[in-house]
Amino acid sequence: MELFTNQVLAGIATGAIYACMALAVVMIYQAIDHLNFAQGEMAMFSTFISWQLMQWGLSYWVAFLITLAFSFVAGIAIERILFKPLAKAPVLTNVAGFIALFAIINSSAGLIWDFTIKQYPTPFGSAPFLGSQLISTHQAGMIGVTVLLLLGLYFFFQYTRIGLAMRAAASVPESARLVGINTSWMIALGWGMATAIGAIAGMLIAPVVFLEPNMMGGVLIYGFAAAVLGGLTSPFGAVVGGFLVGIFENLAGTYIPGVGNELKLPIALALIISVLVVKPAGLFGRHIVKRV
Amino acid sequence: MSAAEEVVAEGHEAVEAVPKRAMTLGTGTSVVVLLLLIAVPLFAKNFVIFQLTQLLYLGLAVLALNILTGGSGQFSLGQSAFYAIGAYVTAVMMEQFNVPYFLCLPVAAVLCFGAGFLFGQPALRLSGVYLALATFALATAMPQLLKLNFLEHWTGGVQGLVVTKPDAPFGLPMSQDMWLYYFTLVVVLAIYIFAVNLLRSRSGRAFMAIRDNEIAASAMGVNVALYKTLAFGVSAAITGVAGGLSAIAVQFVAPDSFTITLAIQLFLGMVVGGVGWLPGSIVGAAFIIFVPNIAEGISKGLSGAVFGVLLFLVIYLVPHGARQVAILGQQLAGRLRKN
Repeated sequence: MELFTNQVLAGIATGAIYACMALAVVMIYQAIDHLNFAQGEMAMFSTFISWQLMQWGLSYWVAFLITLAFSFVAGIAIERILFKPLAKAPVLTNVAGFIALFAIINSSAGLIWDFTIKQYPTPFGSAPFLGSQLISTHQAGMIGVTVLLLLGLYFFFQYTRIGLAMRAAASVPESARLVGINTSWMIALGWGMATAIGAIAGMLIAPVVFLEPNMMGGVLIYGFAAAVLGGLTSPFGAVVGGFLVGIFENLAGTYIPGVGNELKLPIALALIISVLVVKPAGLFGRHIVKRV
Repeated sequence: MSAAEEVVAEGHEAVEAVPKRAMTLGTGTSVVVLLLLIAVPLFAKNFVIFQLTQLLYLGLAVLALNILTGGSGQFSLGQSAFYAIGAYVTAVMMEQFNVPYFLCLPVAAVLCFGAGFLFGQPALRLSGVYLALATFALATAMPQLLKLNFLEHWTGGVQGLVVTKPDAPFGLPMSQDMWLYYFTLVVVLAIYIFAVNLLRSRSGRAFMAIRDNEIAASAMGVNVALYKTLAFGVSAAITGVAGGLSAIAVQFVAPDSFTITLAIQLFLGMVVGGVGWLPGSIVGAAFIIFVPNIAEGISKGLSGAVFGVLLFLVIYLVPHGARQVAILGQQLAGRLRKN
């Protein structure tokens, strides 16, 4: 039983990472109806920026805030410069654009900061949390930040005018435009917010997976999986999906014989697909009924 | 926004419709391209011939994805898995059971058809990004499955398998590379002709009806489930043959040659060539083989970035890929003829 509790708690801790990433994925998906394959690389680049700022002698939280602002602006810039011209292009062309962006960011980060692994500090410390051996303070901090982020987003989307405008622009762009919402800028705003959330995810993960240009590869896959499991239309679902994927991944690695580390990912994905076959819109997703 | 554009904007996963006549090249152009494909190796070095062979079998794999996505509107990131099955079936049969190489390919095709058809069953309920994730899962699982212990006896585990290159038959005075090129060319041509005819047949029209509007198609009496899985099966079979050809040409199979990167390359090839335009498959294959080399030549450290920028340039200039270039060329030729 102790092993089980241990594994579940460790799963929740890694799940927090996936949840953050899934949240960023859902943000962009809501805004533009695409999965952004470059999201992980964008988060990695932001994390490198914060690392560089700290190397220059800034404190953690100052670097954190500057990085958030930078990521927000960079996200908007990427949308305005690279993807707005593609808005009318076929969907698959957009996906190719994401892959191109992935290649550009990954390669540039490698050139600027090279591919060696770097230590990344944690603001929470790495001592055991509340004297328990199960999770560290950093892991507890990750869970806390994710929950705060989710609450913040909830209030933003439910109780602010701009949040409402963004939701309107995402669900019925034509009508939103008619009531005077600038849908094109709402999309850019969605990019900015998603990039900033991705940056938070990156900075929280970096102490665990270490900082290097390919650090987000695996995490992004889990983030996608979590978002799809929870339902791509629901930020809350994405977070629950993240925790579920984290827990399941750990339990499968421990209890299913012959799985080990190598087959963890395929098993987790197989589970998600089985869920999707039963509930095609994800656990918390809205099922969109289309008029014929 | 025109009515047609609105339809596309509404069903976001919809692949744009390509009329079935516009799926191929005209007779004249086809003959010229074919003559070029036959003649060039006669004057080229062995390495260039090897690259051309590579172009052909990767083009075949892109063609297979094009039948699935351009034809039936289903998006797949899992093609590398079927490619791996084809390559491994061929390699294992050739090396462990001494079956001649040309007999391995049909077996690979049949097995991959089965695998694709079976995979299409659960995938039936999924579309768009959900299907992308499911196929993606297949692609990530495949290299791990190939490394499994109990298969190691045949597959050689992590080390992979070395495949012997076949000699030209009947004592033909050809290098192995050249013979393999012509062999590949014949196989690819046969499958290309099959694919064109498939998409023009009753089944092909069913695929396209599903792609354009699934509900309308089923209302017209198209068995949507059957044709969707059939498209998966046919696409997997062709991908398997491409994989088999690659195993023979590269003379080596190993689990890590068939990762998700391969699936992404095939996808890029399809987009660059033009979704739903079959001749574009070869253009797309040329893009994914040669452009990384060009990028490497421009800048070693930034080759990934250069590749990304080139890709962006292509999709800005011609969002519909090589098909758009072909249509422009056609219009230009038509105007010249009038004058």
